[in-house]
Amino acid sequence: MNFSVLQFPASNCDQDAVHAIRRLGHQARMVWHKDNLPPGTDAVIVPGGFSYGDYLRCGAIARFSPVMQSVRQFADKGGWVLGICNGFQVLTEAGLLPGALVRNRDLQFHCEQVHLKTAAADTPFTRRIPADRPLRIPIAHGEGCYYADEATLAELRANGQVLWQYCDSEGNVTDQANPNGALHNIAGICNKGRNVAGLMPHPERACEALLGSEDGKWIFESLFEAGRERPAAGTP
Amino acid sequence: MSMSMTEPAITPDLVAKHNLTPEEYQHAVQILGRNPTYTELGIFSVMWSEHCSYKNTRPLLKTFPTRSPRILVGAGEENAGIIDIGHGLAVAFKIESHNHPSAVEPFQGATTGVGGIIRDIFTMGARPVCAANSLRFGELSSAEVRRLFSGVVQGIAHYGNCFGIPTVAGEVYFDRSYEGNPLVNAFCLGVLRHEQITRGAARGVGNPVFYVGPATGRDGLAGAAFASQDLTEASAEQQRGAVQVGDPFMEKLVCEACLELLATGAVAGMQDMGAAGLTCSTCEMAARAGTGIEIELDKVPQRAPGMSSYEIMLSESQERMLVVVHKGREEEVKRIFEKWDLPWAEIGVITDTGHMVVRHGGRQVVNIPARKIADESPVYHREAVEPAYLQAVRAFRLDGVSDTVQPLEDLKRLLAWPSIASKNWVYRQYDHQVRAGTVVLPGSDAAVIRIKEDCLPVMSAELAARVESQTAPGQAFPEKYLALTVDCNGTYVYLDPYEGGKAAVTEACRNLACSGAIPLGATDNLNMANPHKPELFWQIRESVRGLADACRAFDAPVTGGNCSLYNQNPNGPIDPTPTVAVVGLIEKPEHITTQWFKDEGDTIILLGEAVDLGDPLLGLGGSAWLQVMHGLKTGAPPRCDLEAARTLHTTLVGLIQSGLIKSAHDCSEGGLAVTLAECAMSRMEARGTPRFMGATVDLSGWAETRSSALLFGETQSRVVATCAARDGSKVVERARLMGVPAQMIGKVGGKRLTLKTRGLEFSASVEELHHAWWNSLAKHMNQPGE
Repeated sequence: MNFSVLQFPASNCDQDAVHAIRRLGHQARMVWHKDNLPPGTDAVIVPGGFSYGDYLRCGAIARFSPVMQSVRQFADKGGWVLGICNGFQVLTEAGLLPGALVRNRDLQFHCEQVHLKTAAADTPFTRRIPADRPLRIPIAHGEGCYYADEATLAELRANGQVLWQYCDSEGNVTDQANPNGALHNIAGICNKGRNVAGLMPHPERACEALLGSEDGKWIFESLFEAGRERPAAGTP
Repeated sequence: MSMSMTEPAITPDLVAKHNLTPEEYQHAVQILGRNPTYTELGIFSVMWSEHCSYKNTRPLLKTFPTRSPRILVGAGEENAGIIDIGHGLAVAFKIESHNHPSAVEPFQGATTGVGGIIRDIFTMGARPVCAANSLRFGELSSAEVRRLFSGVVQGIAHYGNCFGIPTVAGEVYFDRSYEGNPLVNAFCLGVLRHEQITRGAARGVGNPVFYVGPATGRDGLAGAAFASQDLTEASAEQQRGAVQVGDPFMEKLVCEACLELLATGAVAGMQDMGAAGLTCSTCEMAARAGTGIEIELDKVPQRAPGMSSYEIMLSESQERMLVVVHKGREEEVKRIFEKWDLPWAEIGVITDTGHMVVRHGGRQVVNIPARKIADESPVYHREAVEPAYLQAVRAFRLDGVSDTVQPLEDLKRLLAWPSIASKNWVYRQYDHQVRAGTVVLPGSDAAVIRIKEDCLPVMSAELAARVESQTAPGQAFPEKYLALTVDCNGTYVYLDPYEGGKAAVTEACRNLACSGAIPLGATDNLNMANPHKPELFWQIRESVRGLADACRAFDAPVTGGNCSLYNQNPNGPIDPTPTVAVVGLIEKPEHITTQWFKDEGDTIILLGEAVDLGDPLLGLGGSAWLQVMHGLKTGAPPRCDLEAARTLHTTLVGLIQSGLIKSAHDCSEGGLAVTLAECAMSRMEARGTPRFMGATVDLSGWAETRSSALLFGETQSRVVATCAARDGSKVVERARLMGVPAQMIGKVGGKRLTLKTRGLEFSASVEELHHAWWNSLAKHMNQPGE
């Protein structure tokens, strides 16, 4: 499967995403923010980092970049797009995902392992995730508190768009397990079409036993399996 | 030589304001053969500040061991030293202080400290892959200290997280001597191939000189000179303008652009504009190459209108680089700067005159022989006198000190003492996992990182072809595992500078051994007080002697570092704090070892002498226990026998390599009881998910000593290791065979920690101990008001 990993100035998890995908046996290349998506792209990763330094709001400038126009077209045609951390912020700013990510409730940056409960299994991002236990994946963000108005939250829930929630090691969604104050402990969501998803935790940092957890690979494995079932949909 | 009408006349008063002595000024006049211009006076002032010239410490620094077969670039040659790690790969690393700026403006002071050290590393052609730091503050009961602490941590986090470098290791101590004068030492490590080493030399007469990075502003004017003075009460207000402002986003772009640029082969030399900005970079580059350099200040991008030549030359605006380009290859350079949307300008040319010449507004404002100002800086052999307080320190005995009666209470107080308590409040704010290479996260003895292919800077086509031709088809990249740690117990150094200096290096190397690593090299940061005071210079001299002896003993050559003097405020000098960062290599991933207990039923072994019975204070001198339980910061600190330490470290690494050791944790502040508690409680699986593993330990075999010495004494060269029960006697025998005292002291298991000495027995749930230790810093930081 061919992944395109976007590279904004000061993206800093781009290499990590490429590393994880290649290690899992698939192709990944970086796409510079001034370019278009290359033909043959099966899925897009919008990686973590601080895109343009995050000087306005996280992801607020990145959405205007040329590559994001091409990602939008790709997504409109049903192409798979996964935003990680800052990439999630970029996708909400670009309107590809609903809601917003605001400052963590304690106003501090949090880098730590968290547990995630997978709330919907019927997406190309979650279909391979084992149902019996929570995932253990690290977070690293200062603005990861998911926020949306009541109507949007109701819609997300009605459509099963909430994909991951922060939980404890037993899988219970508790306030203590919530590292940033996200509403309903939301760690990741998808769009209505279920082809665009974003999450604050970093699955690409949890794909090797050496690094302490391999749980992140289930998210990539889900995409690989989806990719085997259908040819690329949205290649421009 | 014409002079601008607005430049002030050079008076003795102006010379003194520039921190130059009358003799130094005369030397400058002699070098020039005339009186300096105002701009030149500024240049001499910063170039001959301690920060840039090491004029007070150079004779001492020469005593450090600096050679080993692995050293590719040695101490003092360039911005950072470089060490071979095998397979054609190398690491560049260095530690540097930003103490004075952080005292005045903690957030920006810390950010620019991190930014500066990252630039030192990529200037060498290396890709920065991890950061660490060493911090000191006053006591957290003061609201001002909490403000400084919080600001510094946020500053480090902001810069490192945004740049995308994992901050993987560090240390934080709290002691009254640092009140008003915090220490902020930042470390960075980068990776490169041997062929990618870049020199900061202005080679090639006729080659153009490029400036890249943000425009030059008035910020950070003469920061290097500011860092070389005592802090005064007025300094906070007066010198705020000397603190620079950091922009990690810009640094990331400059770093990527420079590494891409180096791969083109168009670069003849590169240097960052750090301390003393444009002055230091032009002067040092010309001095290294034996060439001259001529620059036009009108071409330098400027943030403010009407800046004088003095201001432009001395500005310390951040994230700027000076790049010498092979003539004819300018277009390639411009293309890369434009790709990264970076401001750049061609500002000058390399000459054969040996002079640094600066023009501004059509006039020549500077004309200095570059090598002379860089190499002929003054050197002072300062007077050293042993301080009087040491008499009382050495005479101190335990006679009036009662032994522990409630050891559990003592243990809990020690675990909650900020210098010992978990630093999760700090490192949780640092992204310590970006780059997907952190194998052992903060919270064990040493951090361990994996060096993989994407840690390297982009290669030139020629180098890539050569590497490929030397690689068999299908052969994987030779991944490397590095351990690193930063250590220094300033209290020990205060109580005995020589022993304390030795102990700092020894503890760092012991931490490496516990993680399975063998030292490659060290970088030091001498944080000291005023060298003009003979008692304080004696502290510097003795602690350097200790560092040097220990670095020799462990084959850890010093590859470079930094001196920060004048660390004192109206309340007095800081404790002498020669921070040491040591980097080690772990041969195979299966040798990577962590400090926490692993499995129920494992045997606990104490390696090293439980108590140094030859020490009249039994390891309690300068100990945390004496400070916390008795309010005493005195007594000769535990003796550090380098030969015993070396034997312990090699034996431990040997045992680890044979696959016998499951966990290893060094004994340091708080002694054996704190070490055992940490083994039982420090493994953190995830947020709110610590993994507890208790133990039962019997120390009643040591009959003829105080319980406090056994439990809380800080006798040097001890490690708590565990192994499978069936391997217990094998480990003990092999250690003893090598000459390391070894004793089985207990078993891992349950959720309680139970300790027994000759006269005492106590037990606590690991969860209770964890609570005291894990939450202490957060509790201190959340307290209201004064």
